[in-house]
Amino acid sequence: MDLVWLVPALPLLGFILNATLALVRPQAKTAVSAIGVGVLVAAFGVGVLVVRALAVAHPEGPVVFHYWDWISVGSLHVGYALQVDPLSAVMVLIVTGVGALIHVFSVGYMREDPGYARYFAYLNLFVFFMLLLVLGANFPVTFVGWEGVGLCSYLLIGFWFSEKVNADAGMKAFVMNRIGDCGFLVAMFLIWQYTGSLDYEDVFAKAPAVLPAGGAAVTAITLFLFLGCTGKSAQIPLYTWLPDAMAGPTPVSALIHAATMVTAGVFLVARSNVLFALAPAAQVVVAGVGALTALFAATIALKQWDIKRVLAYSTVSQLGYMFLGVGTGAMAAGIFHLATHAFFKALLFLGSGAVIHAMHQAYHATHAHADAQDMRNMGGLRQFLPWTATLMWIATLAIAGIPPLSGFFSKDEILAAAFARGALQPAWYLFWGLGLAAAALTAFYMTRMMLYTFHGPNRTGAREQVHLREAPTVMIGPLVVLGVLSAVGGVINLPTLVGGGAWLHHWLEPVTAAGAALAPAPELAHNTEWILIGVAVAIGAGGIVAALRLLDPSALVPAAQAPPETGFAKVLWKKWYVDELYDTIIVRPVLWVSRTLLWRVVDVGVVDGAGVNGAAVVSRALGWLGSRLQTGELGFYVVVFVVGVIAVLSRAVR
Amino acid sequence: MLLGPSLAVSAVLFVIGAAGVLLRRNAIVIFMCVELMLNAVNLTFVAFAQQLGTSGQIFVFFVMAVAAAEAAVGLAIILAVYRHKETVDLQHINLLKG
Repeated sequence: MDLVWLVPALPLLGFILNATLALVRPQAKTAVSAIGVGVLVAAFGVGVLVVRALAVAHPEGPVVFHYWDWISVGSLHVGYALQVDPLSAVMVLIVTGVGALIHVFSVGYMREDPGYARYFAYLNLFVFFMLLLVLGANFPVTFVGWEGVGLCSYLLIGFWFSEKVNADAGMKAFVMNRIGDCGFLVAMFLIWQYTGSLDYEDVFAKAPAVLPAGGAAVTAITLFLFLGCTGKSAQIPLYTWLPDAMAGPTPVSALIHAATMVTAGVFLVARSNVLFALAPAAQVVVAGVGALTALFAATIALKQWDIKRVLAYSTVSQLGYMFLGVGTGAMAAGIFHLATHAFFKALLFLGSGAVIHAMHQAYHATHAHADAQDMRNMGGLRQFLPWTATLMWIATLAIAGIPPLSGFFSKDEILAAAFARGALQPAWYLFWGLGLAAAALTAFYMTRMMLYTFHGPNRTGAREQVHLREAPTVMIGPLVVLGVLSAVGGVINLPTLVGGGAWLHHWLEPVTAAGAALAPAPELAHNTEWILIGVAVAIGAGGIVAALRLLDPSALVPAAQAPPETGFAKVLWKKWYVDELYDTIIVRPVLWVSRTLLWRVVDVGVVDGAGVNGAAVVSRALGWLGSRLQTGELGFYVVVFVVGVIAVLSRAVR
Repeated sequence: MLLGPSLAVSAVLFVIGAAGVLLRRNAIVIFMCVELMLNAVNLTFVAFAQQLGTSGQIFVFFVMAVAAAEAAVGLAIILAVYRHKETVDLQHINLLKG
């Protein structure tokens, strides 16, 4: 376990080497790939060793490694400290494991890109910050990681920054995240004010004593923390950056905007489960926002044509599920869904990357300028990309909640926990209903995506068809591994109902026990659980069947000839006009105030006018006054001199 | 020698010198008035030295030495100004101003 510092240090080393190469020899692609992938695989290896040591030692509390002091002011002491406990162990394995697979995929996906070395440098830096986030032993270290992944997300969304759309998308993500981060900061200030510490161990030990349950203080702390989570994890109302974040390279979408970074909010809530257990009001907000986001994003995904946007809204929706889980108090269920989602959503994104890669190559070969991401230009791809099609179907069935694939177990556990909580607070019956509706829509839009992409006649174009080819092995390999994980990932937390050991649940108990003791979760009868499983499976299967029955891929036409959307479909296609709404009520007024008031009045008038130019005018006037004394008349000087001497003497003598 | 009358004489001499510096325009005359002021101060030093010891007399030698140096430099400047402007009237020598 002493080796834990190596886990973040290796990707940092990779970043330094790759950044140097990017500046010195950007064409050295072999070295860059070896370093970029190598450090991730090594970090995963060290991570496995650390987790095994943790499993053997099985300590009561977290194992904290304090390396050096960072902030030491008055009674505030913050150190660079890493913490190994079951929760950070799970996250380390997901981040380095899925991260390594995505790095391997990137070797194939980005091969032709001139920014290859820069790409891997950023990707390594991202993994470093993400590991800092999950391993930090206090709020500030986690916050450094939190900001760092935001920075890398910005850099990678705007990776192809020569097009303004991409740069704007990066900026949007950055600004939206800042709003949330502000909440995180305020939460940290409040935590320090009430508990006098920022170390996780201290804060959670003291919290039940100093923060009265349900009190205003703990509610404020948790709500501000959750504001940070809505920014980072793309929940209502700060979710709009995530779909735009698809402007980055597809492996980035898979790693940052599906598998790891966006789940940081879920991680933070699970980490702070003691605080949330003390604030039932905040739990309602977390679960409610999660359930609402799950449904809302799912409706938008129904009508998107860009394959990555479907997946982006699907991610927002699934993150909503995770928040429903952790908001309900079912921390293990939330983290379970986080893990399975990392598998199947990374697979879906990488699969879409393989599709886009093939489409792009085909259009490139014929010099056509069509949208390589629009599903209306795809169709029938399963005959050209059989591996991708098969693997993506596995992920689709997993996300739709079809047993015995991984998504079924995690989603069902969250819904069951929400239903059980309903016995205490009826609001959770509503959240459960929203989650169930979202599950139906999830099955529907995922099937729609698969149908339009891989089935029916091909719409790419006769000349382009011959160039459609399966991706190289280096890209398919990671897909196969993720496919296996998506299929069997459920075994890490098989419910006791079907004879499993609920392994993840027990594994996380040292972390979640304190919170669970404060707010015990009600138990469900076995019959009820079976009924809930039946309903969930029926809903998921219903969504798939409905999509298969209602949608006809052969009726589609390529994007260029497609008729405009009308009616409600247009509202969904336009994402409920939320971007336009934000633009009208926030962006435009802010810009207007900036331009007219801040720029013309405050900047030009006050700062430039009164401040800068004012100082110049005043000193000039004083100088002019002084220069009037310099007459050049010696007699005048002498008079002034004598008068001065007399004045000084008269004071001195008196 | 009494202190009071000596100081009175030196005060009168000093004021005459100061008045000359203030009122006259000819550089030579002003220069002489400055010398007058210096010598008034010398007289004060000597008067006090009678009562307080010899340090005042030593200062008188310093003042004389400085006055001699000043006379050398000052007269040279006045001469140079005269060669340049054909006058030593200070009203016409007023180029250095803001």
